[in-house]
Amino acid sequence: MEGHTHSSPPAASGTSSATTPAPETSHKAPNYYLVWLFLAVLTVAEVGVAFLSAIPKQVLVIALILMAVWKALLVALYYMHLKFEPRRLWLIVAAPLPLAIILVAVVLLEQW
Amino acid sequence: MSQAAAATLDRSTSGFGVYNLKLGMWVFLLSEVMFFTGLIGAYIILRFANPEQFAEPGVVLNVPLTALNTFILICSSVSMVKAFAEIERGNQKGLRMWLLVTIALGIVFLSIQAYEYSLLAHEGFVPVADAYAAIGRHGGETIVGGPLYGATFYTMTGFHGAHVTIGVLCLMFTAFKAFRGGYSAQNVGGVEIMGLYWHFVDLVWIILFTIVYLI
Repeated sequence: MEGHTHSSPPAASGTSSATTPAPETSHKAPNYYLVWLFLAVLTVAEVGVAFLSAIPKQVLVIALILMAVWKALLVALYYMHLKFEPRRLWLIVAAPLPLAIILVAVVLLEQW
Repeated sequence: MSQAAAATLDRSTSGFGVYNLKLGMWVFLLSEVMFFTGLIGAYIILRFANPEQFAEPGVVLNVPLTALNTFILICSSVSMVKAFAEIERGNQKGLRMWLLVTIALGIVFLSIQAYEYSLLAHEGFVPVADAYAAIGRHGGETIVGGPLYGATFYTMTGFHGAHVTIGVLCLMFTAFKAFRGGYSAQNVGGVEIMGLYWHFVDLVWIILFTIVYLI
């Protein structure tokens, strides 16, 4: 863990701080370098897996998508600090995901 | 409206427990999710429907070069989050240094993408060609594909590149403000919002790299 705390959201500056107190959500900052290491290793693993001819194509596609989602989650949770945000914000973030899945699924169904 | 009143309005908390500017950025990013989902969805359907127009991974596109570019963008996310961490501690020098590193990495990413485009165009892989012939890197065979491959590739990576370009410009503005002492431990909102956008651009590239280059 890094040696400082991260407060979100920040308090207002100057005279306005007295009128807009920020909710207290202090937490230890995550180890950003460890997350970076995970992302780098996963990227190398992705490239390696992509060129493994021994793996059936369907398995390979699923493995690659899972690794990409894993990397995306690491970025969202730790670099975008979503893990430390109020749960109410998660609702907003999650809102378009079912819509995105529906969009792609409907397009695919139309093809088949 | 006075500056103090504007600052109060900007940093007042919404019903979602975050200040308004941050909520606004999240809502904007979610609209961007739908935008890129549309592009990726179109790519998937076109590729399923016209497999003969798309080459296997590594035959036309340069995967090692793009993997390096992916790594550079990941590094820029670390430098961006370090900039935010430094200003949270009130370290102006650290903020400025990490912002400059992020800008430099963003420019390197764009430069490599431009170099990749020039290589592909030299091989005849352009978005408007009815058919292209590219010399594959594995065995030197001639690859013949269709216009959909180039159109979808350049549309997706081009829009992402445009986002990175806008991000670099916004980072330059943020750095300019940082060098003028515009941020402090009590006023980190601008850096945090800039970071949200930059990390989102990284996140989108992570998905695009897998779908366009590896699958």
